Amino acid sequence: MAKQKERRVEEVAQEVIVPSTDGAAAIDATKTKLVGKRKLINLPQWAVAWIVLIPALFFIIWFMLFPIVNTTLFAFIGDFYYDKGGSFALAQFVVATTKNSQQSSFGFNNFVEVLQNKVFLHSIRNTAELVIIEVPLTIIVSLLLATFLNSIKVLKGFYQTIFFLPYVTNTIALGLVFNIAFSRGSGGLVNIFLSLFGIDPINWLSDALVGGVGKATRIHQAVVIVTYSLWNGLAFKILVFMSGLATIDKQYYDAAKIDGSSSFTIWRRITLPLLSPQILYITITSFIGSFKMYTGVMAVYQGQSSSTGYYFGPTTNPGLTDGDEWIPVVGWIYRYLYLYPTEPGIPSAGSLVLLAIIMMITIVQFAVSKKRVHY
Amino acid sequence: MAEHAMYFTDERAQRNYKIRVGILKGLVYVFLSIFALFMVIPFVIMVVGSFIEAKAFEGFADTAKISYLGFSNWSFSNYQFIFSNGSSSFPTYFLNTLIVAVASTTVTVVTAVLAAFAFARLNFKGRDALFALLLATMMIPGEMMVITNYQTVKAINWTNTFAALILVHGVSVFYIFYLRQTFQQIPNELYLAAKVDGVGDLGYLVKVMIPIAMPTITTIIILSMMGAWNSYIWPNLVARGGWKYYPQHSMKLVSNGLRDMFSLTIANQPIPDTYKIAGSMVISIPLLIVFILFRKYIMRGVSRSGIKG
Repeated sequence: MAKQKERRVEEVAQEVIVPSTDGAAAIDATKTKLVGKRKLINLPQWAVAWIVLIPALFFIIWFMLFPIVNTTLFAFIGDFYYDKGGSFALAQFVVATTKNSQQSSFGFNNFVEVLQNKVFLHSIRNTAELVIIEVPLTIIVSLLLATFLNSIKVLKGFYQTIFFLPYVTNTIALGLVFNIAFSRGSGGLVNIFLSLFGIDPINWLSDALVGGVGKATRIHQAVVIVTYSLWNGLAFKILVFMSGLATIDKQYYDAAKIDGSSSFTIWRRITLPLLSPQILYITITSFIGSFKMYTGVMAVYQGQSSSTGYYFGPTTNPGLTDGDEWIPVVGWIYRYLYLYPTEPGIPSAGSLVLLAIIMMITIVQFAVSKKRVHY
Repeated sequence: MAEHAMYFTDERAQRNYKIRVGILKGLVYVFLSIFALFMVIPFVIMVVGSFIEAKAFEGFADTAKISYLGFSNWSFSNYQFIFSNGSSSFPTYFLNTLIVAVASTTVTVVTAVLAAFAFARLNFKGRDALFALLLATMMIPGEMMVITNYQTVKAINWTNTFAALILVHGVSVFYIFYLRQTFQQIPNELYLAAKVDGVGDLGYLVKVMIPIAMPTITTIIILSMMGAWNSYIWPNLVARGGWKYYPQHSMKLVSNGLRDMFSLTIANQPIPDTYKIAGSMVISIPLLIVFILFRKYIMRGVSRSGIKG
């Protein structure tokens, strides 16, 4: 290989230089120039590849691959206390068990404990309920908005920009604005608005008596959380659907119109099938994303009662407290991690349960989609 | 719709059709406008609320009289509070966030460009297997990584340092993936031509590939900056206190600072809502400016990703 390359360099040098008058000297000059450079930078490709991969691999191994393995180990090492913080689960486990300084077990103890933890089960229920309401709702609304946007010409760009705005905002900042709008009983902005239609003020969020209105029910709190998720989640989906719609060939529509099909039939029989890859993509990503919901729920729902800045619930009490009603799975994981740094096994097991749920749903979606998605 | 007029032979049927289409269009615009209003109202609340004096806002909440929201009750007093709270205030949060955003974006872009170059252009054993492995990590919930990273940061004493905030996000598999796609679209002939001219692999990357892929790199820079601006969970775990080397300097980023301001009290009273809204406004404005300036790049990058920021 190397010799072939040498020869190629010589050929190139001759091709380029020969016409000039001072041939031989020029060839030599070019050759030394080229060969000199080759020696400096022309390592074999595989070597160059691994060298340029070093920075990325360094971070990937340290902060992504190692943590995945380590967290999985955490989950399977039960009843073990990491008094120095457990970033090297296996090493600590081996040292401690060989010294026999700690009783511990390798197995499913953490999973058993997690699945018996009332707050964890409650958080799974919360997340599942929110996902089941929120994901179909957001997808249907964004699909409608995208189709409508696609059908108009006047003001299209204007509406498009407005619908995209929520995407470039800070989840916490706008969550707090929603929180303020929905809070404080009869003086709240949403309640003032509803009173224009003769609706009595509702305590949307708080577990306490606010502004003369009684405790918020679970459903009222869910309405606020879902409203914010809808507001926050439409932008991305509309954008993806719009780019999908743009690729549909106009001829299909013209043909359908000549056949006298109604707008709804056209939408149902042409737009939806041809948009099905985007719908599948959005469905899968939003199920995954919604199962990991955390920041939005916390901003809109927990804005007022937490006094210490902890994640969910201002307390070290592992049980359910006021303001925990809608704690999502990820919220539970982070709270446990933060409150009990010596027991990462439990939240690790929780995160593996979350992973299992997400994988199951994704597999089911792919299986269902095989029949219905047209590529 | 005019071009379809020819399909109708009967004039009345044609007129009916036109009316139907007109009504449908009207309904479409009504529906779009309702949702546009829904999208915009939070911003309106944010802008108005941030300028209204706290007392006037309370008055409005008590009486629901619109007159309280008039311009005569507008001032900068809420903003004054936001920017005058000693060492633990928004200028500090802004500075921290800026440092973290610039540094982590630099690291992320450098690692992504180099890795994408290797995956797109260079041949080496195990390339496809390695790339598949990286893609597989994108499906793992970030929580699994956060659990161990949090323990690591504690173990090596990185709590409340910039290193913990910057380096943990030093690489993004998605950006590598995105950039690799762009690099692969660059025709092979350019590479061969560069080889013939005696340009090495790295020279080709710097002189040819990066300039051609500049729009994609710009998108990555913007999205990565926005990501740092919006990051909340990780900083909340590892940087809640004062800087390790100078404890008087708060390590909070803007999102965390804002979130904590919400539970702030003055003389045992929760702080006025208008202060909180002004805080939200202050950290939203930079994002909106970036959006106005770089709308094209952001929307293009976003439609290919699934990530926020």
